[in-house]
Amino acid sequence: MIDPLTLEVFWSRLIATVNEQATSLMRTAFSPTVAEAGDLSACVFDPRGYMIAQAVTGTPGHINSMARCIRHFLDACPPETLRPGDVLVTNDPWKTSGHFHDITVVTPIFRAPRSNSPLPLGEGHGVGDTLQSGETGWAKRSDYGAGEMVRGEVPDLVAFFGTICHVADIGGRPFSTDARELYEEGLFIPITHLFRAGVPNEELLRIVRANVREPDSVVGDLYAMATSNDVGGARLLEFLEEFELPSIIPLADEVIARSEQAMRDAILCVPDGTYRHSLTMDGYAEPGRPGEPDREVPITLACTITVTGDTLHVDFDGTSPVAPRGINVVMNYTEAYSTYGIKCALAPDVPNNEGSFRPVTITAPVGSILNCQPPAPVAGRHIVGQWLPAVVHGALAQAIPDQVIADGSSSLWITQFSGSDNRQGVGTGVDGVGGGRRFSMVFFNSGGMGARPTKDGLSSTAFPSGVRGVPAEIVEARAPLLIMERSLRTDSGGAGTHRGGLGHRLVIRADGTTGDLRFSPFFDRTRVAAPGRDGGHAGGLGDYFLREIVPSDPPLPPQRPHPKATTSVPQGMEIVMDLPGGGGIGDPRGRDPERIAADLRDGYITEPA
Amino acid sequence: MPDCPESLRKALKSPKCAGVSLTYHRHGGLSRRQVHHRYTGGMRQSDPFGTPGNQWGHGPEAHWRAGIDIGGTFTDILLLDERTGASWFGKTLTTPDDPARGVASAIAQVLQDATASTTDLHTVIHGTTLVTNALIERKGDRTALVTTRGFRDAVEIAREHRYDMYDLNLDLPRPLAPRHLRFEVDERIRADGSVHTPLDMGSIDVVASHLREAGFGGNSGAVAVCLLHGYANPDHERAVGDRLRTSLPGVRIALSHEVAGEIREYERTTTTLANVYVQRLMEGYLDRIRDALSASGSPARLLLMLSAGGTATVDTARRFPIRLVESGPAAGALAAAAHGRETGRTSLLSFDMGGTTAKACLISGGVPPVTTEFEVDRVYRFKAGSGLPVRVPSIDLIEIGAGGGSIARVDRFGLIKLGPESAGADPGPACYGRGGTHPTVTDADIILGYLDPAFFLGGTMHLDVQAAREAIRLHVAAPLGLTIEDAAWAVHSVVNEAMAAASRMHAVERGKDASAVPLFAFGGAGPVHAAGVARILGSREIVVPYGAGVGSTIGFLVAPVSFDFVRSYYTRLDTCDWHAVAGLLATMETEGRNLLTDAGVNLNDVTFAHRAELRLVGQAHQVTVDLPHEVLDALRPGHVDGFRARDGVQDAFDTTYRALYRRSAPPVAIEAINWRVVASGPVPVVALPTPVAPEPIGEPLQSGVIGAGEPTLLGGRTDQTVVRPVAWPDGSGSRARPGNQGRRGGWAWMDTPVVKRADLRTGVSAIAGPVIIEERESTTVVPPGWSVCLETSGALVITSGEATSPRNVTP
Repeated sequence: MIDPLTLEVFWSRLIATVNEQATSLMRTAFSPTVAEAGDLSACVFDPRGYMIAQAVTGTPGHINSMARCIRHFLDACPPETLRPGDVLVTNDPWKTSGHFHDITVVTPIFRAPRSNSPLPLGEGHGVGDTLQSGETGWAKRSDYGAGEMVRGEVPDLVAFFGTICHVADIGGRPFSTDARELYEEGLFIPITHLFRAGVPNEELLRIVRANVREPDSVVGDLYAMATSNDVGGARLLEFLEEFELPSIIPLADEVIARSEQAMRDAILCVPDGTYRHSLTMDGYAEPGRPGEPDREVPITLACTITVTGDTLHVDFDGTSPVAPRGINVVMNYTEAYSTYGIKCALAPDVPNNEGSFRPVTITAPVGSILNCQPPAPVAGRHIVGQWLPAVVHGALAQAIPDQVIADGSSSLWITQFSGSDNRQGVGTGVDGVGGGRRFSMVFFNSGGMGARPTKDGLSSTAFPSGVRGVPAEIVEARAPLLIMERSLRTDSGGAGTHRGGLGHRLVIRADGTTGDLRFSPFFDRTRVAAPGRDGGHAGGLGDYFLREIVPSDPPLPPQRPHPKATTSVPQGMEIVMDLPGGGGIGDPRGRDPERIAADLRDGYITEPA
Repeated sequence: MPDCPESLRKALKSPKCAGVSLTYHRHGGLSRRQVHHRYTGGMRQSDPFGTPGNQWGHGPEAHWRAGIDIGGTFTDILLLDERTGASWFGKTLTTPDDPARGVASAIAQVLQDATASTTDLHTVIHGTTLVTNALIERKGDRTALVTTRGFRDAVEIAREHRYDMYDLNLDLPRPLAPRHLRFEVDERIRADGSVHTPLDMGSIDVVASHLREAGFGGNSGAVAVCLLHGYANPDHERAVGDRLRTSLPGVRIALSHEVAGEIREYERTTTTLANVYVQRLMEGYLDRIRDALSASGSPARLLLMLSAGGTATVDTARRFPIRLVESGPAAGALAAAAHGRETGRTSLLSFDMGGTTAKACLISGGVPPVTTEFEVDRVYRFKAGSGLPVRVPSIDLIEIGAGGGSIARVDRFGLIKLGPESAGADPGPACYGRGGTHPTVTDADIILGYLDPAFFLGGTMHLDVQAAREAIRLHVAAPLGLTIEDAAWAVHSVVNEAMAAASRMHAVERGKDASAVPLFAFGGAGPVHAAGVARILGSREIVVPYGAGVGSTIGFLVAPVSFDFVRSYYTRLDTCDWHAVAGLLATMETEGRNLLTDAGVNLNDVTFAHRAELRLVGQAHQVTVDLPHEVLDALRPGHVDGFRARDGVQDAFDTTYRALYRRSAPPVAIEAINWRVVASGPVPVVALPTPVAPEPIGEPLQSGVIGAGEPTLLGGRTDQTVVRPVAWPDGSGSRARPGNQGRRGGWAWMDTPVVKRADLRTGVSAIAGPVIIEERESTTVVPPGWSVCLETSGALVITSGEATSPRNVTP
């Protein structure tokens, strides 16, 4: 038992170490999704592999996946085989966060038995040194992985630091759901060493460089991740030294025990019982033959939540089987978003760590879309995975309606563009073949959140994802695109005593490209709207189409390409995306008349429901 | 050498010689009056406003300068006699209904104390929380937005982000212009500034008629004009502004490229809105202060403190009130920097702890860093991301909700948490006895013996120890099963931890080590907690300046007239049009020159700093790089050498990147986002305030060896030494180890001598801790294992380890 003051001091110090780790990564990473959108995570684990703290930034799909990935690292590389200066890496979707674009880097942190000086971050340990020559700079990394090594003595393994980041490219098809097999989706890096005793794994780096479209950016990110783990490690070692702590295990036990107890207390407040819920999503509709409508293959996500005392079990039996395209979800990612949904509802203020996971168990049938097996394609796994909080909230609404929100647009509407940038003086594309510079631009967009039990839903706000949008001016400066409209969709929030959040319309066209613009959408909720709750109305349906910029005579009707398949946007056409709105809660007639008047005045609604 | 006024003057201006002292004490052979006489001559020459008598219409005898800071509770004032370096502090209650009245009465009061007259005052420099408060309380003008067709919701859609990952009930900041007051005009500019769709003047007239219908015109309403890529080509914004001004006279109008000419439409829009939202309020306030000053018969010129650490004229403040948003905290950091420069501590951690918040700022090279990332009106006060972003240059400091009034509570995990709720001034901490029942940091400090209940604010306010104990007992001790003293110790320690963690993070993000520099402590509670924070950080020296309790007012007096300009030109360095860059920089220089000469600065005294915000292609976080002389030389209009400019910028980026991240930048292309020019007048050369009274009394202070409970020798006045029990960490001398004493949390009572700061003498051996040093506005805490001496600058210098000789400062 550690006294409360000491625990508070230690615990905040631990959180400060992972925040420093995350800050370091955010400032030095290259991937635009990390840099502009905050798509990264950072955690610390004790030597047994228990996650004890996470950085305040990040996104649930990463954090909770990483909490569960560490056991795979330990299986592949048992602690006794690890040496100071080792750094491990993988993008195995099944072992980490579900698709190749997310790379996980884990660093064991050692303390030399005799070293008692804080380990400095040395000069010259730079990526720049190493990108040209693997022999310089980083070869010294073991200095601060372990302090001064003494022959014959075994250094203590004190912790692991891990980071995940979404890299700019991983080879294979451009980021999309188009693949039918995993092999099309890019480079698979099984768990292996990124550094061995401080020496970079040059063979791996050569393979990575040879496979990805933006080698400098991807390799730069690998180094940035390793460095950020070192930053966290150095800070942890200082902390242990300052307080003369031989190990973080007693602290980890305390943190885990308190968090676990708080989570159990929260579950105790949920009445025992079995709660079932299922949702239907668009899924991956197979395009029909010319002249025929699409063959609709909607997906059912079904869950049964069983609350027994202070434990909670979620089972996804009844869920659809794997899909033919890249929207399948690995079990790790299913667990990540399910536990996130439960934690938001039951115990938002309980720290997220091994302890808060323990009372919650998750299962899904093998071969279902929530527990797919290789070589199922997985690149767009977030489309399905990000629905899971809504599924578990639907079940929990039967038990604790005041703690869960109504359904919203759920998954991010990711947009991936590529093509040729022919502009002068602006843009950041790299030289490509055939004249213009090749460009690739990905950014995230979010529809409305569902209504909250006591408040309206948030308009155009990412949930459950934790990422950000990218300003139109940045998009246009980087890529030959024009965003012509970014406006809230009137009446897209589901009516209710508490209204759902609105989605928005985004209109995008090419400006300064030669040839067609390639566009990969990751859109759902174009067929099934976000339902309301307790008499609240459903949110507005999403829509996506191409239309003429200048109508011809007679005008051509809008084209509706597949909302999850890569398409070519012809010259003279623009992309229109109508993002879905969130569902309402409660009978709209129960809504405060003043709020209705305000909504009318501000044009969020056109007439009272 | 020290008695040569010319060399002294040079030394004062040159950072390299910053170790030279201003005050006469260190130049043994000189009398006070002699030095100040010569010194004053030097100051006149470098006064940014020229010779006051000539330019500002007051007589040659006007030699007083006043700095005034209006805070939530108190209005602090510092009056400085430039001829003698003598200074007077004043503190009066803020008059929230009309702060201008408080300003006038504070000036009158302090002038009276100094037996000076209003005609002696030539400059009043003022900082205010008016802007921040107006934004938090949403008390500004009715405000509309005019933007590009298709984008009126961009300011509401914002970054589509939740700033708290788990809280489903979070609120997002409301835009300052509601949706029904957001309008669109037909026009479109591209990222490169070229026109995609020309501006349709008819669509402006439609907007104008809507605005008239909504009651805009006459003397009400404010309009922000923010068009897409307006930073790259301001023509359309100007045209919209002109048309609206003509059709809606009296309406305040702000154009985004003037307020914050930076890429990112959401941030530029929120900044422009905030500026125009508070404009009318600021105008009225400035008019009233000016009226109050002239009514008092003072010819003094009024200058306003900007967030970035410069000062501006009333006219500039009226146009860009948002630039004043953090003027108070900025003054604090400036004061610390100025003190550091003059005592040879060009790197230090400024630590300003007041009633509601604590602010930390890492200063290196004698200058506080400036950032443009700032948020106002946070939904959750200290939660990053929960406020409206404001892109104005501000001194880069971290502010956390840990002040003397911060309320302690026990959370559901049985952990002690602090703030961000503050008891404020009313009801105040429990010990104020004004109805507060929640335990605060001040309550804990009283129980632990750090504060004397009978000597708070010099005894003008009596503190109720019993009320403090009861609050701590009820809300902290009882829930945790601790004694009241253990609970108070825990509260005291937790707040120190929070401040140390925030300071450390602040330093780390800037590639610096907070433990390597002295901790410069001021603000009412700063000197009480500095030692605790220093222990956690591992700092070895703490500096508590003279007048620490009102320390930030000094910052007002050392700020130059200056203004920051910015233009976005987003380009890769290898494809950059360097003629365009040269043109941007030249334009900003011209604007700066005009603004400053209008403010009375001599043309020859205007200096410029040029900066670029750069990053590696793909990274989001930009690095601000000072453009070196070679680059500026290669960018002279008419003599542009693109290759030399590019190489120079690249080298400067590499150097800065390495300093920040401790590794070289990888070989990836560099892109530029923003280009900045800071135009400044000369830094006023002002003597640091020193105690007015101290003619040495009797013999110099004996080397004081103060053991626990032993009588002490302070200036030979053993009879006057007061001793009281004070709580100190166990294991004196080393860093805190809260864990090693079990539930006690590692502390013990120790009888500790208490002395008045005014009784301390300079130039003697250090006193070993523990000792408590009291003055009217603050209390300095020196733990066991540390020692303290009084520097000739009037600052208390507390060092860890054995008692040492006072710091020797030799030219």
